[in-house]
Amino acid sequence: MDARPMFPRPMFPRLFPVLLLACVLLLPAAGARAVTVDRVVSPGGIEAWLVQDHTNPIIALRLAFRGGAALDPDDRQGLARMVAGLVDEGAGDLDSRTFQGILNDRSITLNFEAGRETFGGEMQTLTDRADLAFKLLGLALTQPRFDAEPVERIRQQILVNLKRADEQPSSIADNALMGALFPGHPYGRPSRGTAQGLAAVTVDDLRAFAANRFARDNLVIGVTGDITPERLAALLDEHLGALPAKATPWTLPDVAPDTGQAGTIVIRKPVPQSAITFAQPGLKRDDPDYYAAAVLNQILGGSSFTSRLYTEVREKRGLAYSVYTQLYPMDHAALLVGDAGTANARVKETLHQVRTEWERLATQGVTDEELADTKTYLTGSFPLRFTANDRIARMLVAVQLDDLGIDYFDRRNDLIAAVSKEDVNRLARRLLDPKRLVFVVVGEPEGLARLNQ
Amino acid sequence: MHAPRNARRRGARVISIPRDRTPAAAPWLTLGLGLLVGLALLLAALPARAGVFNPETFTLKNGMAVVVVPNHRMPVVNHMVWYRVGSADEPQGKSGIAHFLEHLMFKGTTKYPGGTFSAAVSRNGGRENAFTSYDYTAFHQTVAKDRLPDMMRMESDRMRHLTLTPQDVEMERQVILEERRQRTDNRPSGILAEHVDAALFLNHPYRRPVIGWEHEIRGLTIPDIKAFYDHWYQPENAILVVAGDITAAELKPLAEATYGAIPRGPGPVRARPTEPPQQAARTVTLADARVGQPSWNRTYLAPSYVADLAGVGTHDQALALEILAEVLGGGTSSRLYQALVMGQGIAVSAGAYYSPDSQGPAKFLVYASPRPGVAPEALEAAVTAVVQDLLAGGITQDELDKATARMRDDAVFARDSLRTGARVLGTALAIGRSIQDVETWPERISAVTLDQVAAAARAVLHDERAVTSILLRKEAS
Repeated sequence: MDARPMFPRPMFPRLFPVLLLACVLLLPAAGARAVTVDRVVSPGGIEAWLVQDHTNPIIALRLAFRGGAALDPDDRQGLARMVAGLVDEGAGDLDSRTFQGILNDRSITLNFEAGRETFGGEMQTLTDRADLAFKLLGLALTQPRFDAEPVERIRQQILVNLKRADEQPSSIADNALMGALFPGHPYGRPSRGTAQGLAAVTVDDLRAFAANRFARDNLVIGVTGDITPERLAALLDEHLGALPAKATPWTLPDVAPDTGQAGTIVIRKPVPQSAITFAQPGLKRDDPDYYAAAVLNQILGGSSFTSRLYTEVREKRGLAYSVYTQLYPMDHAALLVGDAGTANARVKETLHQVRTEWERLATQGVTDEELADTKTYLTGSFPLRFTANDRIARMLVAVQLDDLGIDYFDRRNDLIAAVSKEDVNRLARRLLDPKRLVFVVVGEPEGLARLNQ
Repeated sequence: MHAPRNARRRGARVISIPRDRTPAAAPWLTLGLGLLVGLALLLAALPARAGVFNPETFTLKNGMAVVVVPNHRMPVVNHMVWYRVGSADEPQGKSGIAHFLEHLMFKGTTKYPGGTFSAAVSRNGGRENAFTSYDYTAFHQTVAKDRLPDMMRMESDRMRHLTLTPQDVEMERQVILEERRQRTDNRPSGILAEHVDAALFLNHPYRRPVIGWEHEIRGLTIPDIKAFYDHWYQPENAILVVAGDITAAELKPLAEATYGAIPRGPGPVRARPTEPPQQAARTVTLADARVGQPSWNRTYLAPSYVADLAGVGTHDQALALEILAEVLGGGTSSRLYQALVMGQGIAVSAGAYYSPDSQGPAKFLVYASPRPGVAPEALEAAVTAVVQDLLAGGITQDELDKATARMRDDAVFARDSLRTGARVLGTALAIGRSIQDVETWPERISAVTLDQVAAAARAVLHDERAVTSILLRKEAS
């Protein structure tokens, strides 16, 4: 039991949600010690960003291919996810049992995940078996087998996972919200896929996905730990060099969130606590006001225990255990999203408080003290993100995906520090609009006028 | 209670491990990875498997224990205060006090009123939280090293100077009831897990949920909470753990000036009821229309790292039981996964776990979740066959060697993160283990024999000391 939910739950599963939000940088405090990021480019042309740390004999790698579940065909929703579940279930000459057996026996972590916009992978190993770990990673991405037994097994596992998610009010709410905001666009589809789509996926579909998507030109890699640039370069060439140079191109249209339905969508479900999810249009990652938005969001409903929503909804009124907002930039759209859970009898009050805070921030802006405290929070919390290999590797990938530049780690705090009260207040007036807020409530809320479902 | 320890990241499958309620299950890990299995697994694999944190320790004059875990990657520290008190120490009829108090500890003191402490943490770029379990309650901040003295000043102040106002208590009661709804009442699996614990422990207070029963949470009063606070929140009952870029020599003067200035208290002593012999197999079933995916599991009562279990086994069998859980159900190569998920194809997930990190009796669990159309009885029969086979023949030398090699590897991985060492060592001291017990874990794991694993299996895997739990979908009539 925690005093506070430490972080918002990842409401819309995306590969690296936290990092995109609050990826901060160098130590502001005296005695700052910079993290050195090496850009490693192998002789074969594969690039990886590396933070060396030889304290422990551990290597962590993260990678991502651009293009995720949003590209699944409409009648194959869940395809990317199935590929993610299957590439480490047999590859090259190794069948599933053998492949998994080696991973287990040698304590090598290999996992893949389909996000909405990316296909991600992670590998962790002890240094003394790094060759083997890279070999298995390479096999998974270049020679996945998709044998019949694992295909059916993993299909069933994912279907069951889908059922489990469909039990959860918050998951139902997320899907409904995205459906309402992005009708007819892949962003509006359930991010986990559908039972129908999963059932329809064939081995040919899986093979085509691997052949079309796994390529060097849409791959980014981050590595941390006990490895030198030279060794990393050699391993990348040896094991990922067989990836094709180019992925099959794709297009996904930009889309503006549809807030024509602004108001409250209610989905009846017999639970004592309603799940409340809400959103309005946000800012994309490359928006010049993005850093002002990061400050604004932090003040409104960010992850520390001092935000306005936390104070007004939880601390002063006891309406929720967890309440938060977060910026949610995607490649082709952007949202400002939020979430809370409230007893059915008090849902109306929570919605009212959220709208009130939205309005208050839009019309009255932030105080000097809030601004100063938030900036020191965002800049000061940076080193906390560099305390474990895997976290660093994740950040290296996120910064590349967002094309922020390898010097981002040196610039990020200055960008936050440069945000003025005027910037934040101007943005608040322009951005925050209770009339564009769409709420989805899943539960048995009392006294809500508009019952859509 | 930690997250299922066998649910290690490597080999972690698409399916997450089932729903034993895991109060202190590394919440700060819940966001980030985004993998289906969740980040909790990173830590989950590690507690107590760690070997070599190389901590330094000392004790303050008032009896407060101090542990320093070196990690010099960044100029950052993880500052934790653990109290040797949890939900299992609550008076009968007052469930939820320990957790309620944990929440109220954020409400301020005379010196640092209201949200002063949280504001200071946030303003300094820090992260904070707290957690309550059956055996301990802990408060922690992660901050830049140069902010540590401020944290210690404020954390030590609230050990004895908490302000409790009726307004704060009533507001927080509502928050806690929302937390309970979110974690338990909204989730059929959460409700079932509470019933399993209540059935498994006939007499030990582990039978009560950490968060408390709703009606008892509603009835807790300020005098109840204050009495609990005054009795247990004392320096001789607390452990300071600081992990990060610091040494004992640096920490000692700071600790003496802050925590060391608190007078020694009455020296609270835990006195808990123990289990009588268990003689009847129990089955708990929940059919609920909200259930999308059924599941089956069986939880056996077992010794822990520190608790013997009369008539069953002793705490020195914990290591053998860890190996047993690993072989039986610790990943895709395990016997249960191989038999039920891959071989027979009747389950989407199957495994075992054992969490010996408790001061009282521990739980050893086997579980499976069916493929569509498979009845729980079929799962039960298949799991039982695997268990019987193991009881009859024990495990093989190859299985033993591979399991212990993996577990030793886990101890190396455990050194990576700033927080793991602090968590593992804090838990260990809070439940009555020694630092040495943690530090020698890898070599002691390596010394476990085939016979010891077989004997531990025979001691623990008895249905009359177990609760079978079945979660079903209730079809609309």
